[in-house]
Amino acid sequence: MMLYSQLISLFLHVAFVWGTELTFELSDNEKQCFYEELEKGVKFDIDYQVIAGGNYDVDCFATDPHNNQLYNERRRQYDSFSNITALKGVYQVCFSNEFSTFTNKIVYLDFRHGGEQPLLPDMTQGTALTQLESSCVAIHEVLKVAAESQTWNRLREAQDRMRAEHLLERVTYWSIGETVLLFVIGLGQVMMLKSFFGEKKGPVAAST
Amino acid sequence: MAAVRMKPCAVSLLLLNLFYGFASPLYFHIGETEKKCFIEEIPDETMIIGNYRTQLYDRQKEEYLPATQGLGMFVEVKDPDDKVILSRQYGSEGRFTFTSHTPGEHQICLHSNSSKFALFAGGMLRVHLDIQVGEHANNYAEIAAKDKLTELQLRVRQLVEQVDQVQKEQNYQRYREERFRQTSESTNQRVLWWSIVQTLILVAIGIWQMRHLKSFFEAKKLDLWRLKHAGGIFIVAAPPCGGPFHPNRSLPPPLDDAQWLLSYVWMF
Repeated sequence: MMLYSQLISLFLHVAFVWGTELTFELSDNEKQCFYEELEKGVKFDIDYQVIAGGNYDVDCFATDPHNNQLYNERRRQYDSFSNITALKGVYQVCFSNEFSTFTNKIVYLDFRHGGEQPLLPDMTQGTALTQLESSCVAIHEVLKVAAESQTWNRLREAQDRMRAEHLLERVTYWSIGETVLLFVIGLGQVMMLKSFFGEKKGPVAAST
Repeated sequence: MAAVRMKPCAVSLLLLNLFYGFASPLYFHIGETEKKCFIEEIPDETMIIGNYRTQLYDRQKEEYLPATQGLGMFVEVKDPDDKVILSRQYGSEGRFTFTSHTPGEHQICLHSNSSKFALFAGGMLRVHLDIQVGEHANNYAEIAAKDKLTELQLRVRQLVEQVDQVQKEQNYQRYREERFRQTSESTNQRVLWWSIVQTLILVAIGIWQMRHLKSFFEAKKLDLWRLKHAGGIFIVAAPPCGGPFHPNRSLPPPLDDAQWLLSYVWMF
C-alpha cells in the first residue's frame, strides 16, 4: 500500500508541455493559417522564424475566437509571442507572404500550449517529491532549455548556410554569364565598327 | 510486488495515453489537389511520428464532419538526398513513422487522395497534424509497461533519452558547420579565380580588338588608295610618307598607329 501511494506520488511533475513545431514553405502571394482549439486560461507561446527566402521577413498575426487581434507584426524575421487565453475557442495564427512578388519563404513555427502534462497521465495532486525526484525534475528542466537553445542555433545556422549556398550559386552563374557577355561584346564591337565602314565607303567615294 | 500492482494500471495508462496522445493538435486547411509539405531538419537515427486526422466540410450542415469514409491522404517522405523513404496512402485518420538514416532536411508531404471526388465539390479539407521528433516521440507509458519500470526509473529513462537527443543534435551541428565552411571556402576560391580570369580575358580581348581593327583599317586604306587612283579622286588624307602619289606604286606603305588614326578621322 505504501509502495502504491509512493508510486502515485511519483507521478507528480513528470511532465512535458504540449507543442507542435512545423517548418513549411510559403509561396509568394500566399497566406497560411494554423488553428488550435484551446481552453480558457491556458498559456500559449508562439515562436516563429524565417529561415530562407528573399529578405527573410514575413507578416504574422494571431487572433482569438472572436477575431480580435492578439498579435500583429509586419515583415519580421523572427519573433516570440506569449499569451494566456481569455476564452475557450479556436485561436488562429496566420503567416502572410502577400507582399512578396516572386520569392518563396521557408518559415519555422513553434506553437506550445498547455500546462505541464504528466509523463504518465495518472496524476494526483499532493505529496512532495523526494530529493531524488526533485533532482530528476531539475535536470529535466535544464535539458529542456538546452534542447530549445539547440533548436534556436540550428535555425540560425540553417539560415546562414542557405544564404551562403545562395551566394555561391549566384557567383557561379554570374561568372559564366559575364564570360559569355565579354566575348559577345568584344566581337560585337568589332563587327559593328566594320559595318560602319562598310556603309561609309560609298559616300566618301562620291563626294568632292 | 510493484510489478503486479502496476499491471492493471499500465493497461489503463496505455489506453489513456493513446487517447491523450491525439488530444488537440494544430490544424490547417488544404485544397483538393493541394500538396502541403513540411520540412524537418533532424540528425540521423532519429525517429519521427506523425499523426493526422482529416475532416471534410459539409455544405448542408455548414460544419466539419467528425470523420469521413473514403477520404484518404497520401503521405510521402523524402530524405536529404531526395530519395523517397516512405510513400503510402492512409485513410482519413492515420499515423506514420520513420527513422532517419542520414542527417539533414527531410520533407514530409501530404496530399489528399479521395476516392469519391463528389465529396469535395470545391470545399476545403481540415487536417489536424501533429509531428513528434526524437525524444518527444517516445511513448513513456508504453516503455514503462514493457520494461516494467518504476516511476523513478522512468524519469531517469526520460533524462537519458533527452541527453541522447542533445548529443545527436550536437554531432549534427558539427556536420552542418563543416558543410557551411566548405561552401564559404568554395565561394572564396571561385571569386578569387574569377577576378583573375576576368582581368586576363579583358586584356586579351582588348589586345585582339586593337590588332584586328588596325589590320582592318590598313585594308580600308588600301581600298581607298586604289579607288582614288582608279577614279582620280583627291583624298585629303594622303599617306605622309614624304612624296606625291605615284601611279605605279603598288601598295601604300604600312601606317604606324598615329597615321592610321589620323586617316580614320579624316575619312569621316
